[in-house]
Amino acid sequence: MATIEMRSVSKKYGNVEVLRDIDLNIADGEFIVLVGPSGCGKSTLLRMVAGLEPITGGDFTIGGKLMNDVPPRDRDIAMVFQSYALYPHMTVGRNMGFSMEIRKTPKRERLGPVAGAAATLGLDKLLDRYPKALSGGQRQRVAMGRAIVRDPKAFLFDEPLSNLDAALRVEMRLEIARLHQRLSTTMIYVTHDQVEAMTLADRIVVLDAGRIQQVGTPLDLYERPANRFVATFIGSPNMNILDATAVEGGMQIGKSPVIAAPKGAVQLGIRPEHLGLAHQGAGDIDVTAQLVERLGSDTNIYTESPDLGSILLRVHGNVDVNAGDAIGLTLTRDKLHFFDTAGNSIARQS
Amino acid sequence: MASAFRPSPVMVTLKYAAILGYVAFALFPLYWLVKIALTPDALIFSDGTALWPSALTFDNFRKVIFQSDFMGYFTNSVIVSLSTAAATTLIAAAAGYAFSRFRFRGKGIVIALMLLTQMFPLLMIIAPIYKIVSSLGMLNSLTSLIVVYTAFNIPFATFLMQSFFDGIPKDLEEAAMIDGCTRPQALRLVILPLTLPGLAATLGFVFTAAWSELLFALMLISKNDAMTFPVGLLTFVSKFSVDWGQMMAAGVLALVPSCLFFFFIQRYLVQGLTSGAVKG
Amino acid sequence: MSQPTTIANASGMPRTRFGRAYFRYAVEPWLYLSPAVLLICFVMLIPLFIGVSYSVQSINLLRPFDTGYIGLENFAELGDDKRFWTAMVNTFWWTFGSVTLQFLLGLGLAMLLTRPFHGKRIVQALVFLPWAVPTFLIALTWAWLLNPIIGPLPHWWAAMGILGEPYNILSNPETAMWGPIMANVWYGVPFFAITLLAALQSIPGELYEAAEIDGATPWQCFTKITLPFLGPMIAITVMLRAIWVANFADLIYVMTGGGPANSTQILSTYIFTTAFRKLDFGYASAIAVALLAVLFVYAALLLVIRAKLVKT
Ligand SMILES: Nc1ncnc2c1ncn2[C@@H]1O[C@H](COP(=O)(O)OP(=O)(O)OP(=O)(O)O)[C@@H](O)[C@H]1O
Ligand SMILES: [Mg+2]
Repeated sequence: MATIEMRSVSKKYGNVEVLRDIDLNIADGEFIVLVGPSGCGKSTLLRMVAGLEPITGGDFTIGGKLMNDVPPRDRDIAMVFQSYALYPHMTVGRNMGFSMEIRKTPKRERLGPVAGAAATLGLDKLLDRYPKALSGGQRQRVAMGRAIVRDPKAFLFDEPLSNLDAALRVEMRLEIARLHQRLSTTMIYVTHDQVEAMTLADRIVVLDAGRIQQVGTPLDLYERPANRFVATFIGSPNMNILDATAVEGGMQIGKSPVIAAPKGAVQLGIRPEHLGLAHQGAGDIDVTAQLVERLGSDTNIYTESPDLGSILLRVHGNVDVNAGDAIGLTLTRDKLHFFDTAGNSIARQS
Repeated sequence: MASAFRPSPVMVTLKYAAILGYVAFALFPLYWLVKIALTPDALIFSDGTALWPSALTFDNFRKVIFQSDFMGYFTNSVIVSLSTAAATTLIAAAAGYAFSRFRFRGKGIVIALMLLTQMFPLLMIIAPIYKIVSSLGMLNSLTSLIVVYTAFNIPFATFLMQSFFDGIPKDLEEAAMIDGCTRPQALRLVILPLTLPGLAATLGFVFTAAWSELLFALMLISKNDAMTFPVGLLTFVSKFSVDWGQMMAAGVLALVPSCLFFFFIQRYLVQGLTSGAVKG
Repeated sequence: MSQPTTIANASGMPRTRFGRAYFRYAVEPWLYLSPAVLLICFVMLIPLFIGVSYSVQSINLLRPFDTGYIGLENFAELGDDKRFWTAMVNTFWWTFGSVTLQFLLGLGLAMLLTRPFHGKRIVQALVFLPWAVPTFLIALTWAWLLNPIIGPLPHWWAAMGILGEPYNILSNPETAMWGPIMANVWYGVPFFAITLLAALQSIPGELYEAAEIDGATPWQCFTKITLPFLGPMIAITVMLRAIWVANFADLIYVMTGGGPANSTQILSTYIFTTAFRKLDFGYASAIAVALLAVLFVYAALLLVIRAKLVKT
């Protein structure tokens, strides 16, 4: 049993409150990803789970046991650091077996788990090397191996892939996904990378300014963001947010036809991929293309409308639109998001 | 400066001449010391300013080592300097670790106090120290010197150790603690091995400083058998001021440990000097 | 599952304050610091206060029955003490002369050592060696070098016409101060060279390359890049070093003992001779307080100047 529970957990540095009212239940075996802008407190939260930062308020339990005051070594969790934190004066093998060395496991009994983890990660030939003689990717694997050997109640990752190049990052991402499938241990993973978050997570926790904005499955967050912050934070490219004016029977954006909308909605959000391309005058709104990015599979069209400002449109495949063209946009009606004055989502009437 | 052009031969010659000048300036006094120490007494005056002695002898060294009290002074100095270096390094390592790894109330004040001790004239406390030490009945004891020297060297040694600890990522200890270490275990198994060079350098700096201290030793030590090398040498100089060869032979002996430690801590000079490592 | 919420008390504060976490973050650092702090307190700070208090007492070990509070008498005596005022002026010249020469020679050495050349490592080791020589030995060595009986310098200088005849400059009040200054320069050049060298090497090489592409001459590179970059660091190093040199008594004490005729007496040697030779701790402490006051004024001036410089 390794459920992790936080009840109104908070964290203060002196008088500065960096985390507030964190309520989170993590089920056994769940893969939780923490995302949020820089400085929002992701690392702090993770380090509180690890026991590296004291918790200044609320209750934190692992497997039902209160952990607020338990030192890291007794929490039975493993952590992969962004810097990897490999012990420079120990060989790869000793790095990986260090936790067992501390627990006075005899040398012979250490070999098995270390060899097992090394085999999984393709490190068999590197066990006698020192960390400084490894490449970035290999170091990353050793850091993971060190965690695996522990067979802990939970794995913590703090941006583990951010020091790797793009190709290695994809490879290691898959590796982590496989690892989770195989071990089905609870994992908490901090990242900046949308793709990592969407592909790895069972549930994503969006943090901003020390508060949880929303917790949900990746698709939940994509389809039903709780507020404007989550709506714009999740999804790439970012959702368009357009100011609307309330009219009889719904709302209007710019000179668009009346759109059915719930009461109190003052802004409309639509993802670039949910906008359709039309001829000038034939869509809901008219805009001018400013810049066209051709990605091959998709085309991003940055447009400008005199009353609505800039709007980004993403269409599948390659289309014949060039900078300066006057075009029309259609809004896919069942993909619209509505926000009230406070920026919270208002459910579509159905 | 960093020129891609080939510098003119005149400049190059000038540069090497300047370098040579500096080397000569740095070495000449020491050379002279060694030269007189190796010159037989009878030849000292006839040789005069000749750069090379017309004959060599180890007589002076033999006399200094076997027929004088210098070996006793030397031993005392070694005891004092080594003990001071060991105690200071140990205490400063703990303090430097606290500075490097913790944020806590009062840290600023402690740092300010340590900086203050580097600023005020140390001679200001020579009288109070004398009174305190004498009222404790500890005059003429090496222990009192060791305690005093240790205190004097702690501030800079602490800053030096802090700079070494700052160079070791905090992640490593945290990783160790997550791996199951208590903090003492993390210190012993992870931090200590990585900071050994730093400890050695600090040891060297403190040793050279303690080896060289004169004024407090003069004040606190007056008995012959407790004299450190500087005190002994100075006493000898004022008593036998014409025994040139022996005085200089003794000087050469005083130079040896400093030079040894110097070559040993050379790599860390920058770090040491910017932490305020000055002798005295 | 247990009910962990009961553990938190009514105010919502968990009991961490006095638990392990509290120990770890509030008490543990003091545990590591305490030996250092205690030693510094008992061996330096408390004696410092005692020292200041001595300055308003009559404490002379040679007159043990004459001990007691005498108010500002020591300081009044200082005002009339010609040796004190001489020492004050000498302190200025000693510090100014030593630090200026140390700095200029040190800067030159650092510039020579910035670029790699054949045998640089060994040269570096040799020119920095004086830093490691014990100060009492430096003092003795230079005193011997300046002694015409045994040292070559007076003879060379006489031959060069600097001196009329080979005599010991340490025994002439007019020239005596040059002896300790020379020794001090010899000892202090490595310090400046090492610190400046580290600073020089911290200037990114691309800056010089960019300047060269812009057509700067080596001299312009020096004045437009090197100096502005090193400026603040040079200022701080020189100021701190000046304080240190002003307090540095070993060389003068061993070489001249402050003589002849007080011509090399600086405040710190005066403190030491008063305490050590005359055992007049009250008066010595009064001089020390005066020296402290001078240094304090100097530091305050520096801070003002620095504030001005930073503003413009
Ligand atoms: N020791 C500290 N003292 C005071 N404030 C701190 C301390 N450590 C972190 N903070 C503050 O806490 C906030 C959260 O920091 P944290 O490192 O958790 O951010 P993060 O979400 O991990 O950011 P990033 O994505 O850049 O890693 C930041 O605003 C930071 O300035
Ligand atoms: Mg972070």
